[in-house]
Amino acid sequence: MSELSVNHLLGIKYISEADIELIFETADHFKEVINRSIKKVPSLRDITIANLFFENSTRTRLSFELAEKRLSADVINFSAASSSLKKGETLIDTVNNILSMKVDMVVMRHPNPGAGVFLAKHINASIINAGDGAHEHPTQALLDCYSIRERLGDVAGKKVVIVGDILHSRVALSNIFALQKLGAEIKVCGPKTLLPKYIGEIGVGVEPDLRAALEWCDVANMLRVQNERMDISYFPTTREYTQQFGVNKKLLDSLNKEIVVMHPGPINRGVEITSDVADSKQSIILDQVQNGVAIRMAVLYLLASKIKHNED
Amino acid sequence: MSQKVLLNATEVKIALHRLACQLIENHDTFNNTALIGIQPRGVYLAERLKEILEKEYKLKNVQLGYLDITFYRDDFRRGDKTLEANKTSIDFTVEDKNIVFIDDVLYTGRSIRSALTAIQSFGRPLEIELLTLIDRRFSRHLPIQPDYRGRQVDAIGDEKVRVCWREQDGEDAVYLVNS
Repeated sequence: MSELSVNHLLGIKYISEADIELIFETADHFKEVINRSIKKVPSLRDITIANLFFENSTRTRLSFELAEKRLSADVINFSAASSSLKKGETLIDTVNNILSMKVDMVVMRHPNPGAGVFLAKHINASIINAGDGAHEHPTQALLDCYSIRERLGDVAGKKVVIVGDILHSRVALSNIFALQKLGAEIKVCGPKTLLPKYIGEIGVGVEPDLRAALEWCDVANMLRVQNERMDISYFPTTREYTQQFGVNKKLLDSLNKEIVVMHPGPINRGVEITSDVADSKQSIILDQVQNGVAIRMAVLYLLASKIKHNED
Repeated sequence: MSQKVLLNATEVKIALHRLACQLIENHDTFNNTALIGIQPRGVYLAERLKEILEKEYKLKNVQLGYLDITFYRDDFRRGDKTLEANKTSIDFTVEDKNIVFIDDVLYTGRSIRSALTAIQSFGRPLEIELLTLIDRRFSRHLPIQPDYRGRQVDAIGDEKVRVCWREQDGEDAVYLVNS
């Protein structure tokens, strides 16, 4: 197995365990590359990539852009705020206009679930989903699992609890698919109003009590409370949320084992986790960010290698 | 498919010792010299040379690194397969050092061209030499020649040179394979 089974990365749902392993092995090599004094390789020098961000992003966008530049690709950036979308242009028109400028790959974040799948059916370029609404965020799940593998040696057999706003979280869904494919056990923990109804049907356990969840797990992935996606009130107050589902140092130290703490960022310090937890040695939050670049380089490299030169 | 023996185990051994001696002639104590095995197949040759230099010629701490050139190759997206990378491990600085690239077969010269680009990511070497066990004459696409060669071979179009190592393939030998 030396190439991906897909031509696009639209979601973890669409890729196999072997694909994930290949991405991890390739990321190992890129991680070595980005720790050299000259962190750039020429592999993608004849590839042009458009980063289309129809929704705000800092970390993911920077991470993708850095990954693309370290692979020597040409990069163009687009953000919805300053675009013709405001003038009523459709998604396909916008993207086709960009593609007519000879773009080979598209990295897209969009507020609508399935936007990437839709685009992949209608246009002729390799698409990477950088988050589509509350659906999937595959590269985040890959870098999360990669970080667990790096810290604990393996993902298979590990117990992972995902804490917080599961309902609005594309990170949660992609993580669940990825962790299941790699053989981890998963539970979710959070206010009942923020847990999807179908969660039991996809083989994920529910643990309403945070302490019990933390006692059970090897890894706790603390999700951000997504105020911007909450159209109604899902819990009484932020203070109450923090009391029930926030992790602080005292709680962490009182457990009978040392667990690994993760967070996809951006952190609401003092809400999901306190500063002393985020900055503790049990936290791998900054490793996640560094691994994000290596994972995205691997995904870009492997997908680009499926675009044949003579099709240009 | 037929194959012809180019070098048997004894001849490989003699060639390796000669190459080691030639390296010592030029690099003396290896104070400011490092060997770089080109992944994947140059690594066995590089390890063997290091062993001979240290055990039989009592040189101390010959530096050896492994360089993977996958991300620097000029045939990315030109073939059917995704190019798979190998490990790079150079745990010393190459700045101002004499570097010897080591690979099993020199054919078109394109791998070495890639390696020359790749090594720049680790600093600016003082000078770079090339050692190959087999030099396929008249088949170069680029103006690259070895400084040390085990055996020069004339191989035509669809003939392949296969280098076998004890560690990997169970024997030391070089074959010319006609497919």
